[in-house]
Amino acid sequence: MNKVVKNASEAINGMQNGQTIMLGGFGLCGIPENTINALAASDLTGLICISNNAGVDDFGLGLLLRKHQIKKMISSYVGENQEFERQLLAGELEVDLIPQGTLAERIRAGGAGIPAFYVPAGYGTEVGEGKESRSFNGKMHLLEFGLTADFAVVKAWKGDTMGNLIYRETANNFNQAMAMAGKITIAEVENLVPAGELNPNEIHTPGIFVQRIFQGINYEKRIEFETVRG
Amino acid sequence: MSLDKNGIAKRIAQELKDGYYVNLGIGIPTLVANFVPENIEVVLQSENGLLGLGPFPERGKADPDLINAGKQTVTTIPGSSFFDSSLSFAMIRGGHVDLTVLGAFEVTDKGDISSWKIPGKLVKGMGGAMDLVAAAKNIIVATTHTDRDGNPKLKTSCSLPLTGIRCVTKIVTDLAVIEVTDKGFKLLERAPGVSVEEILAKTGAPVIVEGDIPEMNL
Repeated sequence: MNKVVKNASEAINGMQNGQTIMLGGFGLCGIPENTINALAASDLTGLICISNNAGVDDFGLGLLLRKHQIKKMISSYVGENQEFERQLLAGELEVDLIPQGTLAERIRAGGAGIPAFYVPAGYGTEVGEGKESRSFNGKMHLLEFGLTADFAVVKAWKGDTMGNLIYRETANNFNQAMAMAGKITIAEVENLVPAGELNPNEIHTPGIFVQRIFQGINYEKRIEFETVRG
Repeated sequence: MSLDKNGIAKRIAQELKDGYYVNLGIGIPTLVANFVPENIEVVLQSENGLLGLGPFPERGKADPDLINAGKQTVTTIPGSSFFDSSLSFAMIRGGHVDLTVLGAFEVTDKGDISSWKIPGKLVKGMGGAMDLVAAAKNIIVATTHTDRDGNPKLKTSCSLPLTGIRCVTKIVTDLAVIEVTDKGFKLLERAPGVSVEEILAKTGAPVIVEGDIPEMNL
């Protein structure tokens, strides 16, 4: 079983306007840089993007925002992107802001075949407006729904030809849950190796969740806030 | 004398207990890590997927794959672990984190908090704050007692969109330590040289004052 494709532009083959795409990463950490660049170079438009953040003005999903390729963002925090804020306040962009833990669990649940579940986050706030609520053990909870996507795009440290993935440090973040939730999951990796070379004890994402994998190139790994000891 | 940011952080550090797992929010809460008493051990959780947060890296040693929830480069301590976002919030939602410290725009005498949105002005999103306040059993707010214009941040109701309701247990400000009780705000301590009268005058809700209020021991 060989899931290897040549590069990012081959990986996004078949993606259509208006589709829902999940993209891994937290801030600029662990984002699928190659695939985002390929999307920015494409004519795809009207995309619904599920991603914890929206990149910065000139990197990550900011590249797609700049070209108005995104119709709607589903995120938890979008503070680092001025173009995003401008489009939002101007009504050019739809945004669904979701508490981070609820977002992560909705993605995990979607990939795990769980249609809905209850969490306490957001009860009594505007996040809870219009949502079904219920008390468990004396505490109020909101009904939240699993999320899936036409494509999930994730970035891993190591991967093999069968789609098994290992993430590095905090670059895991949303990638592991999203890998489960795509009808088609694309994995771009820093090191692509033949099946059998990764230690099965160390696999984070088993290959069953991944349909396409490729060796990424020219990783920039931009740091958002480089902070060093005083 | 009202406390500066470090003073607030130093006072909050006195709330730490040996063996605590702690989540520190962005801003003043992050500074609490600098004042952990030497005789106790606490483990810091960062909701992007790290348990065992260490100090900022030395110059030239920053690793782009290793950041905290504020997207700053960090290091790890011996015994740390990495995990995905859904597992990270399972720790939080499941009540495994002992203490959460976060900032706020407003806090009420019922324990409600607003911290994430100023309509028409600031639309950055709530990040993990709503998950944290809804799930943690011990939530301390670190804030200045009043806003830049001198208006109270401790009130009877929030004017800004809520982050969570009935969740804050304690507030440490530049002027006072205040507990949120079933009966409302209760003054526990005052900053060195700050009078009870000043605290009451700068608080936008009734405050229970019982007996002599001690100064913070910093």
